[in-house]
Order: sequence, then C-alpha cells, then structure tokens
Amino acid sequence: MEARNLLQIEKLGKDYSSKSKALTDVTLSLPRGQFVSVIGSSGAGKSTLLRCINRLIDPNAGSIVFDGKDVAGMGRRELRQVRRRISMIFQHYNLVYRSTSIENVLQGRLGYKSTIAGVLGLYSEEEKERAFTILDQLGLAEFAYTRTDQLSGGQKQRVGIARALLQDPLLILADEPIASLDPKASQMIMEHLRWAVDTLGITCLVNLHQVDYAIEFSDRILALKKGHLVFDGTPDELDARAISDIYGTPYVEERAVRGGLFENLEEEVLATVGAA
Amino acid sequence: MDKRFFLKRSLAIGGVFVLLVAVNAVSAGFVGFNPLKVLADIPGGIVWMAQNFMPSVAAFEKIDTILISLGKTVLLSVASSCIAAVFAYLCAVIGSREAGLGGPFPLIIRGIASVFRNIPVVAWAFILMFSFKQSEFTGFLALFLGTFGYLTRCFLESIDEVAGGSVEALRATGAGFAPIVTQAIIPMSITAVVSWTLYMIETNIRDATLIGILTGAGIGALFDVYYKSFRYDLAALVILCIVVAVIACEAISNYVRRQII
Amino acid sequence: MTPPVWAGTRSPVPVTEASTGAMGAPAGAASAETARQFKRYSRRGKLKTRVMTKSNAALTATLVAFGALTVYTMLTINYGKVALFDAFVQMLKNLMVMFFQPGLAGHFTAFDVFEGVLITVALSVLTTFIGAAIAFVLGLLASANLSNRVLANAIKAVMSVFRAVPTILWVLVFTVALGLGAGAAVVGLLFHSIAYLVKAYSECFEEVDAGVLDALRACGASWWHVVFKAVVPEKISQMLSWTFIRFEINFTNAIAIGAIAGAGGIGYQLFLAGSFYFSFREVGLIVYCCLAVAVVLEVIATKLRKRYILHS
Repeated sequence: MEARNLLQIEKLGKDYSSKSKALTDVTLSLPRGQFVSVIGSSGAGKSTLLRCINRLIDPNAGSIVFDGKDVAGMGRRELRQVRRRISMIFQHYNLVYRSTSIENVLQGRLGYKSTIAGVLGLYSEEEKERAFTILDQLGLAEFAYTRTDQLSGGQKQRVGIARALLQDPLLILADEPIASLDPKASQMIMEHLRWAVDTLGITCLVNLHQVDYAIEFSDRILALKKGHLVFDGTPDELDARAISDIYGTPYVEERAVRGGLFENLEEEVLATVGAA
Repeated sequence: MDKRFFLKRSLAIGGVFVLLVAVNAVSAGFVGFNPLKVLADIPGGIVWMAQNFMPSVAAFEKIDTILISLGKTVLLSVASSCIAAVFAYLCAVIGSREAGLGGPFPLIIRGIASVFRNIPVVAWAFILMFSFKQSEFTGFLALFLGTFGYLTRCFLESIDEVAGGSVEALRATGAGFAPIVTQAIIPMSITAVVSWTLYMIETNIRDATLIGILTGAGIGALFDVYYKSFRYDLAALVILCIVVAVIACEAISNYVRRQII
Repeated sequence: MTPPVWAGTRSPVPVTEASTGAMGAPAGAASAETARQFKRYSRRGKLKTRVMTKSNAALTATLVAFGALTVYTMLTINYGKVALFDAFVQMLKNLMVMFFQPGLAGHFTAFDVFEGVLITVALSVLTTFIGAAIAFVLGLLASANLSNRVLANAIKAVMSVFRAVPTILWVLVFTVALGLGAGAAVVGLLFHSIAYLVKAYSECFEEVDAGVLDALRACGASWWHVVFKAVVPEKISQMLSWTFIRFEINFTNAIAIGAIAGAGGIGYQLFLAGSFYFSFREVGLIVYCCLAVAVVLEVIATKLRKRYILHS
C-alpha cells in the first residue's frame, strides 16, 4: 500500500460548456511526502485540477485514484470519507469569520463526526488538545480565542493550515495560498507547508502564481497551459525557456536569481520596505 | 468621434426626459390628477390640517386606549416578522445556490418567494378574511405571508453573498449538509438575518396599521374609528404615537445592529 | 486508520513572530504550559473552545428577546371566533378556487379590470417620478458632503418623521384636507415616496469619495457642476435601482389605498370583490393581474440595469 502512489490521475478532462475545455487529458501521479507546485497563467485550469481531485468540481472524463480508491465514480458517503483525508487551503482562507480561531480549526474534524456531534459542534478533549497544539505550533497560541475576522491575512491563512492539519490529511490541496499575502507572510506560509511535507510526510499540491516560490520550495513542478499538462519536472529543469513557453512571455531574469539566492531575502524585503 | 459620442448621449438623455414627462402627463390625465389645482389647494389644506388635525388636550384622555392598541400592533409585527424569518431562513438555506441542497431547489424556492413577495399584503388580507374573518390573527397571517416572501429573497441573497467560501471549505473536509449549516452558514449569515428581521419589524408596524383597518384590530382599527367619527384630534394623536413608535423602533434597530456585528 | 502522523512532532520551522515563545520546547509540554498561560481550561478542567464575546452576548440577547416577544404575542393574540382548523381547510379550498379558476363573475368586465390596472400603474408612475424629482433636490440638500450640516440634519429628521407615518394614513389625512379624489391619493403617496427616496439618495450621495469633490472644488467648479459632473454620474445606477424599488412599493401602496381609501384602480375592485361580492374567482383574477404587473416590472428593471451597466 505504501509503495503505491498516493494519487494517480489518468486522462482527466473537464469542460464547463461545450466550447471551453478547462482540463484536457491530464495524467499525473503523486507519491507520498512530496511538495508539488502547479504553475500556469490564470485560467489555465489550475484551480479546476485541484477541485476535481476532491470532487468539489465533478470531472467529465478520466479517473482519479486516491489512496487506492477511485474518487471519480464515488457515491456521496464514500466521497465524504475520502475528503476527510484530503485537506484544502484557499486563497481567501474561507474561514467562518464570526467564529474564533480554535472553532475554525476544530471544524477540520467535521468529516469524522456523526451528524449530531457535527451539528452541535461537540469535540472530544483529545481533538481539542490537538487543535490547540497545532495552533501553538503555528505561532497562534495567543489568538486561539480571537475571532478570525480580527486576524491579519497571514494569521488567517495559518488558521486555514491548522484546520487542514487537524484533518490528519494524506494530501493537502492548496489553491493559491499566498496570492493575497505580503512577502513576509507568504514566506512563512510556504515554510509551514514545506514543514508539513518534511516532518509529517504529507503530500502537498500547491497552485502558485509566483514561479520563484515554486522553484524555492518544491520538489517537483507541474505546469498547465490551456488545460494541458505541459511541464512535469524538478525546479532545476524549469529553465527560462520552459517558463516562457508556459506563460507565453519572456521570463524576467532577476526573479529567477532571487529564487536561487534565498539568503538575500531579508535584505531584499528591507530594501523594498525602505523604498516604500 | 468624441463629439458625436457626447452629442448622441445628450440626445439620449433629452429623449428619455421628454419621454418621462410625456408618460407622466398621460398618467395624470388618465387618473384625473391636476397638478396645478392640487398645488393651489395644498396651502388651504395645510391650514385646515393645522387647525383640525392636531392632538387636543382632550384627546390625551384616550392615550391609554391608544397605547394599548399600539402595543398590540407592535407585538403583532414583531411576531409575524420573527416567525416569517424562521420559515424564510429554512427555505433560503435549502434554496441557496452556494450553500444549499442544489438540484431543482434554488429555482423552486425562488419561485415561491417571488409569488409570495409580489402578492400585495392587502390582497392577502382579503383572501384570509374569507375564512378567518376579522381578527388579530388574520392580520398576523397576512403580515406573515408577505414578510415570508420578502425575507426569503433577502436571506437567499445574504447567504449567497457571505457563506460561499466557508461552505466550500467545510464541504472539502467531508462535512455533511447539516453540520455545514450550523457551523458555517448560520454563523456567517446571522447578523444579516437579524438586521433584515429588524427592518421588517419596522416596516410591518406601518403595514400592520394598514391591515388593522381591514381586519378591525390594533392601532389601524382605532384610527379608522376616530377618523370615521370625525375625531381628528384623536386621529392626529394616533399618528403621533405611531411616529414615535416607528422612530423608536428604528433607533433600537440601529443600536442592536451595531452591537451584534 | 493510521494514527495522526503529526502527533508529538516538534515545532515547525522557526516562526518570526514574537508570539511564539514556547516554540522551542517539545510540543506536548509546551501545549500544557501555554494552555494554562492562556487560560484555556474551564473550571471543570476541560479545554474551552467557546468564549462569550460582547457581540455574541448581544446577539443571543436579541434572539431571546425576539423569541420571548413572539411567544407572548402568539399566546395573547385574539384568534377571533372561528375554528382555526376548519378555517385553514376553508382557506386552502378558497385558494384552490382563486388560483386555479380565476375569472370574471359578472361584477366587472374585462375592460374594467384592465382599466383598474392602468389607473393603479398610472398612480404609481406619477408618484414615483414626481417623488424622485423632488427627492433628488432634497437628497442633495440632505447629504452632509454637499450641503451644510444643519440643513442636512434638519431635512433628514423631517423625512424620518414623514417616513414613520404609514402611507395609508397620509392618504386618509389628505382625503379630508383636499377632498376625495386623485389629488389626495397622489399627494398622500408622494409624501412617503419622497421621504423614502431622500433617505436612499442622500445615503448614495454621501458615499461619493470626498477626494473627488475636493478636486473639483479646487478647480473652481460650481455646486451644480460638482453635482452633475461628479455625484450624479457616479451614483446614477444606484439611484435608478432605488427608484425602481420604490416604483414596486408604490404599486403595492396604490393597490392598498384603492382598497381602503376608495381611491380607485385595481385596489378598489379588489375591495369590492373581496368584501362586497365575496367572489373568489374575481379576487384570483385581480391577484394574477397584480402578479403580472410585478413580473413585468421586475423584467424591465433587470433589463434596464443590464443595459445601463453595459453602457457605462
């Protein structure tokens, strides 16, 4: 079981109308414990790919096998069981803003709960303990009882990650997790995701706009262009030519350098702040 | 090209203006409304009102009767708004596009809401009086039905506006529909729901007065009695009391809205 | 099921915020310590997940008040002398007749009903347009950013008093002051229209960015120039929206005053069919007419909005 790939996608296709195809013949497999980024211009089908994996969007063609089970043809109940091992992190955090951080984190357990316990929001002491521990680990100890609408963007996203981790996921799907964040918060969020992969052995599939972050943090990079998978390789293989192919524009060199010279980040940020 | 654009726009605005004036002139002719005559009559009317339509000292002897009726009307509007809000919320949750059960529900619920919302409250009152006769309860039902349609529509929009993201997140964790409702939809939409309900209470105090004239209950009926027996001083006092009640209700609503955010 | 993989692992990568003092220690120990530090245990030694915030307390209080008032009202309300269950059954039967067999029953001709609808629509057209014109001027004067503060507040106060009086009472009052007829109906309906639209418009106007106004004033633009070059173009679609909403309300109100103040139109026919002839089928027909007008209005509103948004 462990030897097999965690996720196996074959010839996945999705079209929203007969004219436009969001995904065409996407085939890929993900092993356990790998950090995989998906890049591509907006509208290339990144978000659709992620949402097909946990069936927030129903694909039209192809198969998705997660942890040995075929997700694409699944009924409602089975689907819920699969979904609880696949966490999701969103660009706009998608938290319940009237609730506190700890309540939001605990909602990661809803997939495991009976309907009544879920409706009333009853969690075991063990679950609560773990929820608090994760919050502490992510540096949100003092914000556990803070309403999430009072948190900063980076803090909200960390609550999102905590909720995702409490699910005991095998796979985390992150849809543009840093697109709405400043550089400092982005860096921190990416480090947390990297930590989840390295220490917890979770597989992360992350949609990213920023190629430099993808190069810096990923084990492997996928690229989508108009719904087709056009690149699948290591960050080293992603050279300027590949990038200009993916985006259809020449890649700005200095950003590529920045990815390689990560030590200079702090100075760079300071310089940017100083300039502003 | 620019010049032609502006000319075209000026012509269009002028055309619309002329059209509006024409529509109004036709309407006025049709209903027999003569603006000049009315303008000429208004000063006299206002003088007459200032002399006759004023609460007199004698009128205040009836103040407790008036306040009791007013209290009943306010309670009626609170009860009809709240009960309608509960039913409307259930429908809105089921029929929401972002968060609901999906399938044919959004369309069905929207259709029902639209029918209830667009049948005037007066029509409901007449329909209900066939079988329920004149009573407070008839007024309650009429207000309830009208409010139900309106609030369903409002709640549908509120839920679709706020709950989409968190509902998607909880769906992705494998949560079922019922837990999603209590853990995400309700917390995300509750302030909007309370706010709309408060607004409806305010509106319903006015509508309850109208319905009361028909169903013979509450402050509306009392006004009708005074009005028909030419006790304009008492009628004016009734209006004064309604004004105070509505403005007080507005103030309380605004206070509550600020507190519950 | 595999055990939680992360249980007992150490803290993640160093976090740069000051709030993470306990990060270096093993997670288990850190959590017990921080749990005490942040008062996470309830008196019974359990972990608290819910805290009562001020806004949640206010919300709960509001809901309890709603519930209590509703229960009290439903217990004390006068249910009339009819047997409720029978009345419900009766009502359902009546509704079936109304909605599935609407038609004329000899009291009105089709032309009467058509004319009634037209009169009611004409009344709402008049009151909406005249009301909108007057409310536009008053709305400008009532906006804090376009007018002087005292005047703005005075107009707002007067308007909120006007708004608080139910439309039907305005009409009844003007019926004695001006005599029964279209004049009283229009003026009565106008009062509420104006009061409503002044509030809506002035709130729109007050949203206009102060910087834009200052920029124009700095160029030496006159007041009317500011209004027609900055305020109106920016807010016209919102104003149209409000005006249309008011049109729908005015239509409903015109029916109501027809029924109660005898001001004519479809409302008066509704009153006759409902309390005079007791004709379910005619009431049904009239209700369908009202629905039809409402649907047409909604379609027009949607079309206009789309067209307007496309053009701007």
